Amino acid sequence: MREFATEVVDTDILILGGGMAGCGAAVEAAYWAKATGMKVTLVDKAAIDRSGPVAMGLSAINTYMGMDGKVTENSRMPERYAEYVTNDQMGLARQDLVFDIGRHVDGTVRHFEKWGLPIWKDEAGNFRKSGEWQVMISGESYKILVAEAAKNAIGTLGDKGRIIERVYITHLLKDEKEPNRVCGAVGFSVREDKFYAFKAKVVVCILGGAVHVFRPRSQGEGFGRSWMPPFLGGTTYALTLQAGGELTQMDVTFVPPRFKDSYGPVGTFFLLFKTPATNAYDGPYVGAYGSETDKWAPYAKAKPCPTPVRNYEMILCTKEGKTPFLMHTNKVVERYQKEITDAKELKKKIKEYESEAWEDFLDMTIAGATNWAAHNIDPMEKPMELQLSDPCFIGSHAASCGAWVSGAEDLMPAQYKDAFPAQYNCMTTVMGLFTAGCGVGAAAHKFSSGSHVQGRIVGKSAVRFANDQKGYTPTVSDDTIKKLKETALRPLALYEEKSTYTTMPDVNPNYISPHNFLFRVQKIMGEYAGSWETLYGTSDKMLETGLWKLGFCEEDAEKIAAKDLHGLLRAWEAIHRMWVGIACVRTRLARKESRWPGYYFKYDYLKLDEGQKHFVNVKYDAGKKEWKIIERPMIPII
Amino acid sequence: MPSFVINEKCDGCKGQDKTACMYICPNDLMMLDKERMKAYNQEPTYCWECYCCVKICPQQAMDVRGYADFMPLGAASTPLRGTEDIMWTITFRDGRIKRFKYATRTTPEGSIKALEGFPEAKVADLNNQLMLGEPDIMGVKELPTKKK
Repeated sequence: MREFATEVVDTDILILGGGMAGCGAAVEAAYWAKATGMKVTLVDKAAIDRSGPVAMGLSAINTYMGMDGKVTENSRMPERYAEYVTNDQMGLARQDLVFDIGRHVDGTVRHFEKWGLPIWKDEAGNFRKSGEWQVMISGESYKILVAEAAKNAIGTLGDKGRIIERVYITHLLKDEKEPNRVCGAVGFSVREDKFYAFKAKVVVCILGGAVHVFRPRSQGEGFGRSWMPPFLGGTTYALTLQAGGELTQMDVTFVPPRFKDSYGPVGTFFLLFKTPATNAYDGPYVGAYGSETDKWAPYAKAKPCPTPVRNYEMILCTKEGKTPFLMHTNKVVERYQKEITDAKELKKKIKEYESEAWEDFLDMTIAGATNWAAHNIDPMEKPMELQLSDPCFIGSHAASCGAWVSGAEDLMPAQYKDAFPAQYNCMTTVMGLFTAGCGVGAAAHKFSSGSHVQGRIVGKSAVRFANDQKGYTPTVSDDTIKKLKETALRPLALYEEKSTYTTMPDVNPNYISPHNFLFRVQKIMGEYAGSWETLYGTSDKMLETGLWKLGFCEEDAEKIAAKDLHGLLRAWEAIHRMWVGIACVRTRLARKESRWPGYYFKYDYLKLDEGQKHFVNVKYDAGKKEWKIIERPMIPII
Repeated sequence: MPSFVINEKCDGCKGQDKTACMYICPNDLMMLDKERMKAYNQEPTYCWECYCCVKICPQQAMDVRGYADFMPLGAASTPLRGTEDIMWTITFRDGRIKRFKYATRTTPEGSIKALEGFPEAKVADLNNQLMLGEPDIMGVKELPTKKK
């Protein structure tokens, strides 16, 4: 096979991923690394200006307390935030982690404002809240601003700061003297024939959540129109598992209820515009299935009703055949016509609503705007369909997937300490391996601002760790790096060796393409593990069958072939997604109840069981090739 | 489809080693055909329609056609991104047109100095819970804690 150069990069702090959390980590790590004289290296598989889920932009910041009271309404404190998140996640949350995000998040948003993010304000200069936790922004350039700040901060370190773009990380490096410790990572450039080996005192693995593990609803050209971006390959979860780290709540995926097909956002329509949504017969579906959903009390009866229960109402309504659901954007106009008598004022109000409604889509889901126009639907005049979409693995939205991490010293309950080799904020159960954002489990509702702030928390924490470990040097042999290089590039070698056997390289008995491999994983997940194909229902029998079939995927993962660097990228994304799928199926098998019925439910355990009010964690032993399920208690701090 | 490149307008970013669209695409979709000096989307089914390529293209040679799976033909959302705002032209299938303009940033491009205006970090402070600018930047006297 063609020769790939190997570059070994020595650094102190290695940040993998330059999304919202990665950029937060970069700013804070640079600030503290300067004081300690340390090197910081950030690696991204794309260009950080537009990498991660905020690449397209956002129209709201969904986590803001307003502790200083300078908000139009709903000034909140972190206690209330932790209560809200816990109830939304059906009683299970790491309140220490959630509280920590809540107490810091206002600071991060104030930094955003200083950097130039347009945040909507009233005449007195107060941030305009659109819900209990949300502030409205004009966020087309949100990620560009956050990336610019990260680049600027890393730049202040001179030759001790480095950003490397277009490198895909395939494996973490384990220390050869200390079995439960990471000390770097390896990956390849998607632009040139080059392999990278990074050696570091501390690794911050924040490569986002996972999309496309479950099958998307659109499978032609619209395959890429997942709600969260299709470039979330689950690498954070896969690498943490392979390094021996513990993941939590990998069954609690998020199923976003969104405008059908385009996945245009609904939050602003519900919260800011108070837009009514109905079933196809103009009847309510929200709150309409009390006799069923009350079984999920006390959570289902609290206000606001938890997201997985609201989703379950949509599932029940679908079973009754009363779809499509409709979001009546037009009825907001009708309400204004009733409420506002002055003609000039009415005209102004409708114009403002129209502009804000379109901005909500154009700032963050442009396909939603085009979809209105393509169907000749003016949202001021006609309603548009809603639907539940494919499940996403995400630790930062209304779901809880991610690593089991240590909390802050002044917040984490003492009972959690034993799980960790040392207590550093956001360190996983593996020494030296940290994460944030979608990487941190059981701490939902971070959103963009919470992910950035948790990135900052981890940035400082990682420097503190590296500073305490000044005398530490990674032990990794050249032979290990050579072997990992062979493994990482294997799909290219296989293609080169075997592709000429057939007249068309696409179909060949000696290998499988990354795309077809992914299709197989998605088909298994969709049909057995509880996705839209089965109206989000699964059972132990279905999961056992799915797991058996995923076992063949595990074997065939060694036979993925890639014709070029882009294919190599897709090959590793597909492998990492398979790992996420296995972790999910194993966790769903272990949980014998249906705690989040609108995310997934089990036909054989269709109830809430408070006897199982604990976290279900999963880990993998790479040496023994064994999976293990661990139960962790729910310890409230509020 | 996702994003596509208009043959007549694309100049391959004038022979630089990578084009603006290649540089920015978060999903590594854009490629440069060096013989023709034209960019193309190598994997349209993986396109998120995020418009990062459309917004950055110096020749306005890029556009997006809504996913064929579910969007009838004929509509378009067309951006024109400036240094402080973005203009959108929405073309409906039936020919109706709407235009909107939104703010994008309140500071000049490249002007961010993330660490300036804050005291230098001290090694001893690594052990407390305070981060860059805290607690002053939040407008509160002290960081909330649960420590009794």
